[in-house]
Amino acid sequence: MALSGMRGLSVFISDVRNCQNKEQERLRVDKELANIRTRFKNERGLTPYEKKKYVWKMLYIYMLGYDVDFGHMETVALISAPKYAEKQVGYIVTSCLLNENHDFLRLVINTVRNDIIGRNETFQCLALTMVGNVGGKEFSESLAPDVQKLLISSTCRPLVRKKAALCLLRLYRKNPDVVNVDGWSERMVQLLDEKDIGVLTAVMSLLVSLVANNPEGYWNCVPKCVRTLERLTRSQDIPQEYTYYGIPSPWLQVKTMRVLQYFPAIEDPTIRRSLFEVLHRILMGTDVVKNVNKNNASHAVLFEALALVMHLDAEKEMMSQCVALLGRFIAVREPNIRYLGLENMTRMLLVTDVQDSIKRHQAQIISSLKDPDISIRRRSLDLLYGMCDVSNAKDIVEELLQYLTTADFGIREELALKAAILAEKFAPDLSWYVDVILQLIEKAGDFVSDDIWYRVVQFVTNNEDLQAYSAAKAREYLDKPAVHETMVKVAGYLLGEYSHLLARRSGCSPKEIFIIVHDKFPTVTTSTKALLLSAYVKLLMHSQPPEPELQELVLGVFKKYESYVDAEVQQRAVEYFALSRKGASMMDILAEMPKFPERQSALLKKAEDTEGDSAELSATKLRLQQQVSTALVVSDAKPNGASAVPLTRLSSAPRNIDQMGLPEVAPQPPPYANGAVPRAAPATGAAPPAPPAAPAPAPAPSPADLLGDLMAPLAIEAPPGVGPAAAPVASTPASAILALEAPPSAGLAPAPPAAGDSLALALMDGPPQVQPIGSIADWFRSLSIKESGVLYEDPLIQIGIKTDWRGPHGRMFLFFGNKNAAPLTSVKAVVAAPSNLRVQLTTVPEIIPPRAQVQSPLDVVCIHASREVPVLDFSYTSVNVPVSLKLRLPVVMNKFLQATPVSAPDFVAKWRALAGPPTKLQEVVRGVKPLPLPEMADLFTSLHVGVAPGLDPNPNNIVAAATFYSETGGATLCLIRVETDPADRTQVRITVATPDPTTSFEFKEFIKEQLIEIPYAAAPPPPPPAPSPASMGLTGPAAVLAGLI
Amino acid sequence: MTIHFVLLISRQGKVRLTKWYSPYTQKERTKVIRELSGVILSRGPKLCNFVEWRGLKVIYKRYASLYFCMCIDADDNELETLEIIHHFVEILDRYFGNVCELDLIFNFHKAYYILDEVLIAGELQESSKKSVARVIAAQDTLIENAKEQAGSLSNMIAQATK
Repeated sequence: MALSGMRGLSVFISDVRNCQNKEQERLRVDKELANIRTRFKNERGLTPYEKKKYVWKMLYIYMLGYDVDFGHMETVALISAPKYAEKQVGYIVTSCLLNENHDFLRLVINTVRNDIIGRNETFQCLALTMVGNVGGKEFSESLAPDVQKLLISSTCRPLVRKKAALCLLRLYRKNPDVVNVDGWSERMVQLLDEKDIGVLTAVMSLLVSLVANNPEGYWNCVPKCVRTLERLTRSQDIPQEYTYYGIPSPWLQVKTMRVLQYFPAIEDPTIRRSLFEVLHRILMGTDVVKNVNKNNASHAVLFEALALVMHLDAEKEMMSQCVALLGRFIAVREPNIRYLGLENMTRMLLVTDVQDSIKRHQAQIISSLKDPDISIRRRSLDLLYGMCDVSNAKDIVEELLQYLTTADFGIREELALKAAILAEKFAPDLSWYVDVILQLIEKAGDFVSDDIWYRVVQFVTNNEDLQAYSAAKAREYLDKPAVHETMVKVAGYLLGEYSHLLARRSGCSPKEIFIIVHDKFPTVTTSTKALLLSAYVKLLMHSQPPEPELQELVLGVFKKYESYVDAEVQQRAVEYFALSRKGASMMDILAEMPKFPERQSALLKKAEDTEGDSAELSATKLRLQQQVSTALVVSDAKPNGASAVPLTRLSSAPRNIDQMGLPEVAPQPPPYANGAVPRAAPATGAAPPAPPAAPAPAPAPSPADLLGDLMAPLAIEAPPGVGPAAAPVASTPASAILALEAPPSAGLAPAPPAAGDSLALALMDGPPQVQPIGSIADWFRSLSIKESGVLYEDPLIQIGIKTDWRGPHGRMFLFFGNKNAAPLTSVKAVVAAPSNLRVQLTTVPEIIPPRAQVQSPLDVVCIHASREVPVLDFSYTSVNVPVSLKLRLPVVMNKFLQATPVSAPDFVAKWRALAGPPTKLQEVVRGVKPLPLPEMADLFTSLHVGVAPGLDPNPNNIVAAATFYSETGGATLCLIRVETDPADRTQVRITVATPDPTTSFEFKEFIKEQLIEIPYAAAPPPPPPAPSPASMGLTGPAAVLAGLI
Repeated sequence: MTIHFVLLISRQGKVRLTKWYSPYTQKERTKVIRELSGVILSRGPKLCNFVEWRGLKVIYKRYASLYFCMCIDADDNELETLEIIHHFVEILDRYFGNVCELDLIFNFHKAYYILDEVLIAGELQESSKKSVARVIAAQDTLIENAKEQAGSLSNMIAQATK
């Protein structure tokens, strides 16, 4: 093959290749860049050949990883060149150098469009390819119709049409509104009849995207898809060039099966039967062959078929066949198949009734944990984690522990966390759980996060049977030669708290315990030192009658650290020294920790947060769904666990310390709650960072609640009640406003019991009932006159709005806050705008992570006056429960109004100038909400209509003026007079005058709506804002949509 | 269900081709390349062709001194993507005649042309090698002839691709 045909380019590439080192290469590249820069400066002297050459050089340099921050304009300009050779370079290099958000791309939209609609097929191809690869939102809006035309054109050749299909796919991804379902779904059905497999493959890719967004809209495509699949699997009229290693286009097969996975179960018995025949043939007829590519291709089809079978919820028999098949796969030598076997088995866990058949392969799965390939080890870990239950927990956890010592660093933390969670969840007995965690710390201390040992402390504190056992265990571990600092922490804590229970055993006298613990003291960090000081003072307190020797030792330590460089350690030393002289009252203050309130495991939360990385159907998420209290952490019904503690004299002792200890001994905002340090640490870790879970102040706070309250501000970042939604982006002013808004509205909402506690809800067994917390209609009404607030809220999500209006333009920020512990997936937001408005919503991410908030700006332009409002079509899936909502957005007419002060002569002159219909309209309105006059004036003010008091001689009338802004009409002055009858406040006569008939009518109707008490259905689940009386007059899509709500 | 990007990296970590179908800024692109070269080049032989990375999956395959990598979503079909890679390699092979890294270095622009005929918008555009070869041949003729004169371009490509 001849070289590029551009000598200059080849020479440059050779030069770069011949560079001995990076430094030389940089010099050579810099020289070239300087050269190109000077040449481009003086563009007129450049021949087309040179331009091409330099642009290619730029791409090459860029590919080597150097910044190329100039020459983009020259590259883009080549697109407009008349000749193919230059155009081609322009198109290709542009789509490599620039990403879709680059401003320069906008400059060529017109040129690109001309190429697309032009007659030159080669230019069409270039343009479609470029748009398909880097086209952004603007391209979507200006090019989609033209691209659609090419796709369905009967004169275009397949070459162009397949490019058009994929180009349209990109445009659709950037803005789903550009493909209108009505009409288009019929087109898609026709396109599925396509004979050319290349075009059909591209069309199928497009269909995957369309169906993923809107399965209902494309039901009519199902039969054709099944037919295509049948045809492919039977190799019926598939041209030779479209078979890949003897398999009829495996890609088309995979895509077709992907499409079918987006539809809910297929009901039609005939179609279902033929589909299952096909699937059965694929599942049973795929053999392992020698040729790698053939094997890969056939298994690509096979795994897609498996996914489809799972989706279709086949009969039990077929499912067990699938598990058996996967069982064979996880044992083969081929690593790809092994990997996919494990991955799909994890997905299979979601299918009911197959867990037992999966368990049969446990040994094989465990052996995959030792696979040389980390990708496979990860899959195996995830699967083991997902399939673990009471019956196999001991085996699996012990395997994980064993693996921990040899596991690579990248996976250890996850491994430790998962082992800890499983041990907690499925422990056959509690002492086993403690053993596991201590082993975990011993084997992988560096990878055991604080959460893990906080959790074990919680357990031990809440289970009296466990206290002596764990103290003794901790004591044993401290004897080992090398002790990890985390072990020192947990052992120090446990021994301080419970070693008195061991006092009679040999080697466990308080003094001996002190000596063995203090032995570690010099080598640990200051935070552990502080913790140990607390342990010492507890040891001291427990040795009753006081043991002079111990007292001397401990006080010696306190004395020594009175002047320690770390403030925390120093403070504790000073305080404990003072406390230890208080005799009996010391015992009250230092009494044992009360039980912890039951909480969601911070570990699970953490596992879920760190998860982000694995497959969507990862086992962690599965776990989270199944999370039911294991009742291991016993939340004691007794109001005060202290009664069981012999040394505590007053049953209210723990409360005392929290109440009095804190203010006294906390001169500065403490990182830990002072004085109660050892307890503070575990509590902080244990409190899940989820605001909703923070216990609200109970009427009669039990000690535990009190503690929870104290700790809550440490554990969470947002003030409780704000809802987690506002927290993550609280730095932006917009969300700060939302944060302020949220609590009152949440408070006003007639909260059902679970409403405040999204966490509890998310963890419930059955599918959560997603009902709005409050009235959608009320929210809408309140937002009609406010600029920010809640649009919608249910236990899973809160949608807030903040708006800003300038003349006919408005910008609305939609805040979607996931209140849930699981991510919201398949999030979709589409805004249907009525004809009077132009609305553009930026894309909303498909997934909203747990407790995160995303915001999407929505630009609104008012074209002309109308009372129709856009409708937000919003849907999401949380823990497999799909929710979809249609919400009216408060883009009401008054948003485009501005109160306008008008002088009396001015008003009268304008009023007279507009003589009668259609610009001046009058109507007597009955059934008006009876309002005192000042309140009616306030209503107008809140609607941005400026009341002019005293302008009308009759005190029972209100005269007001506002300017209405729209794109077609510009600024329109609206005048209004409302005549009220003091005898009958339920009727008024309104007169409206504006220079524009439509505006007059709409304005009158709008004011009428506001004055009439609009009937709303009482307590509506889901609350439909009953159409206002005036809605009969509505036309257009908004009316249809409004009817749907 | 899409390919987010395509990378060709040599065993020495040199980039031979990059194509981004999802929007990544310049900074992100550099970071992705650095991160992934580290992960992929260090993987031994006989391991699977999939790497889990930042919640996505990178499907890669080594051909002589070159690693071909494609990044997909976690729930996409891995083997399908792996065979897209092979399909692309076969097309390159057919075009260059026993393709080697050097071909792709000196004719990197050709590699881009060819990729554009295989993938658009991160989706497989054409699964027939013959069909791709015809289009590329037509393009080459166009470029060759362009030097002499523009003439009736569209006729020519129409003929060449018939």
